[in-house]
Amino acid sequence: MTRYLLHRFFFLLVSFVIALLVIFILLRLLPGDPANAILPADATPEQILAARIKTGSNLPLGQQYLNWFTSVLRGSFGDSLVSGIPVAPEVVKRFSVTIPLTLISFVISFIMASIIGFIAAYKNGTWYAHVITLGTQAGIAIPAFWVGIIFVWIFALRLHILPSGGWPNNGWSNFGKALESLILPVLTIVFVMTATLSRYIRASILNILDSGYIRTSRSLGFSQGSSFVLHGLRNAYVPVVSILGIELSSTLLGAVVIENVFSLPGLGSMLTKAIAQHDYSSI
Amino acid sequence: MKYFKLQGLAAVLALAVFAGQNLYARAQNDQSGAIPASVIINIGSLYEPTNLSSTEGGGQGVTEAFNGNVYEGLFKLTDEGKVENLLAVNYTKSADGLTYTITLRDGVRFHSGKALSSADVKASFERAVAPGSLSARISSFRIVKSVATPDAKTVVFTLNTPSISFLYNLAYLWILNIDGRDFKTSEDGTGPYVLDRWTRGSSLSIKKWDGYWGTPAKNAGVVFNYFTDASALSNALLSGQIDIITAVQSPDGIAQFENNRKYVINNGASTTKELLAFNDRNPPFNNANVRKAIYSAVNRQKLLSSIWGNYGSLIGSMVPPTDPWYDASLVNANPYDINLAKQLLASGGYPNGFAFTLDTPTYDPHPTVAEFLKSELAAVGITVNINSISADEWYTKVYKERNFAATLQEHVNDRDVVWYGNPDFYWGYSNPEVVRLVSESEQVNTPEEQTQKLLEVNRTIAREAASVWLYLYPQIVISASNVSGYPINGLNSQFYAYNIVKTN
Repeated sequence: MTRYLLHRFFFLLVSFVIALLVIFILLRLLPGDPANAILPADATPEQILAARIKTGSNLPLGQQYLNWFTSVLRGSFGDSLVSGIPVAPEVVKRFSVTIPLTLISFVISFIMASIIGFIAAYKNGTWYAHVITLGTQAGIAIPAFWVGIIFVWIFALRLHILPSGGWPNNGWSNFGKALESLILPVLTIVFVMTATLSRYIRASILNILDSGYIRTSRSLGFSQGSSFVLHGLRNAYVPVVSILGIELSSTLLGAVVIENVFSLPGLGSMLTKAIAQHDYSSI
Repeated sequence: MKYFKLQGLAAVLALAVFAGQNLYARAQNDQSGAIPASVIINIGSLYEPTNLSSTEGGGQGVTEAFNGNVYEGLFKLTDEGKVENLLAVNYTKSADGLTYTITLRDGVRFHSGKALSSADVKASFERAVAPGSLSARISSFRIVKSVATPDAKTVVFTLNTPSISFLYNLAYLWILNIDGRDFKTSEDGTGPYVLDRWTRGSSLSIKKWDGYWGTPAKNAGVVFNYFTDASALSNALLSGQIDIITAVQSPDGIAQFENNRKYVINNGASTTKELLAFNDRNPPFNNANVRKAIYSAVNRQKLLSSIWGNYGSLIGSMVPPTDPWYDASLVNANPYDINLAKQLLASGGYPNGFAFTLDTPTYDPHPTVAEFLKSELAAVGITVNINSISADEWYTKVYKERNFAATLQEHVNDRDVVWYGNPDFYWGYSNPEVVRLVSESEQVNTPEEQTQKLLEVNRTIAREAASVWLYLYPQIVISASNVSGYPINGLNSQFYAYNIVKTN
């Protein structure tokens, strides 16, 4: 057992090192230099050198990797190469936008998808089940940023009832405003995510409704509804739960796009900016 | 189904609550609008500071938010481009032009409460020119030999060579209290506003400071709201979240505000030039006739209208109309004339044309300009191969390594014709006469002499088509029509906010 664990641990370590190396190489393949992001337009050669020393981009690649690797191991994010400001507190601050955005969207999507998926499965073959299927198909096909732009157009520019983007300067201390800023981004994620989730739920419920034990339950005199609730529901959600994990992580990824569309200061917008500026320590 | 109705009702209710809250907030704002000094001005910008220090790579964004608002210089560059006293109450210049004795204003305090003294000026200067400083225009301070502080109210700058632009350059120097503070995230200046809060990735707010020595700000504070996307910025103005856009970067952003009484479009005097810059060191661009041929093969008016519609203007050299050494007659120094272009090309030794690679930054308007040039130059037998590069790559490949044939770039500053007097600059234009004139223009005694010398430079580079100056960008500030008092020229990215008022 000990040997097995050691074995696993060793492989974990190796894959960790390789993963970091791959990320490092991919980032360096992008042309450019973090020093460029901080230099003034008319920088002198001395200033260029100073900026390169400051950001460490003058060091040999091996040395840069080693520095980066050890800083990741230490878990200290260090200072941003570009702004010179510590990264860790910034990441924590940005979590306060990304986590609520993702979780609220996720919970609403899950509830909506359960309802829609249930109706689509339960009333399979009726005209409105077809409409739902078509709608979810469209929801999957339309890119999230496009949905965001449409929502902005409707709710901010035409109806003037919601902000088109942005985040209150004092964050959650201005609770109402912060919540208001999240409505459109959440609606956007919910729109796209509900479509995907409801299809899984529909398929799963259809499977269950077809199964032998529901038939048995019905033959014992239970109605379709109560036999489903008593015996089917739990089974129907087994495959869905495994999908949920994947969906949650893709929501986090989706936040990158949504935060940029709505100018939200979350982790996603921090990441895209850091990549654009080659701010390796922030990435 | 009943459940659905309930849910629908809940959704409508939720929206109604937020709509109500929004309208309520606006009503509140409108009420306070009667007393302008209590109003917060919301400004929209694409330039978020990287950090808050001008010597540690804060970038254009920190100039926009802080220059003149939070920090002040000894002198101030007005929106019209004039240099005025600010923290300096007066100055004297020695007869040889080498010594500037500057007297500081009385009663000036930093936001922390400390009184301004000559030691702060000296320390601020030394900080800006220290090794490793990323201050812009640092090279213009190389001529300073020493800074002395004979008393708390007097600063004496001694120069190695006379410099007529010295006070103008001093206007870029922020005077700050450098007593143990991290200027990347905090400030201690003397301006009419103090830093309130910086929410990185989103906004920066400054609020009116009651201890200000001069005329207090006419508003209670300013919030700079940062956007990464120009259309998001326009949307924010359309939906009433912001009051002003400091600089509209694309004409698509203008159309929706035109002919609408709720908005004012200001067409200010820009200093941003769109350049087709050659590497003048290497053939074929070391030949002035070839450069002139290309200039004459391009219909710039058509290019300008296709990019900016009715905005922007044509220029014939690196000098915008706001610089004192502008010469209007140069606009047509290299007129659009295909036959002339062909003749020049033949006399330059390329009767059948040639091919070259144009390094094109990937952001607007460069890709469009590149395509336009490609089709224009094809008409005279020149093949343009467009090579798209990121802004970052441009800096490395073109600016640092000079590894290019020709490139597109926008140059934003005023008074930057002097770069043609530096043969080591990225475009490598080298004319000993121009080098001499630029150097002499700094050492003269009067602005008139300076103007004469730089006029000569202006004419020479136009005659030799050192680069192709395609057009001058418009400088467009759009605001809600109830807002006034903001700068419209946005010279060197500065944006003085203290006179802005918002009424009903």
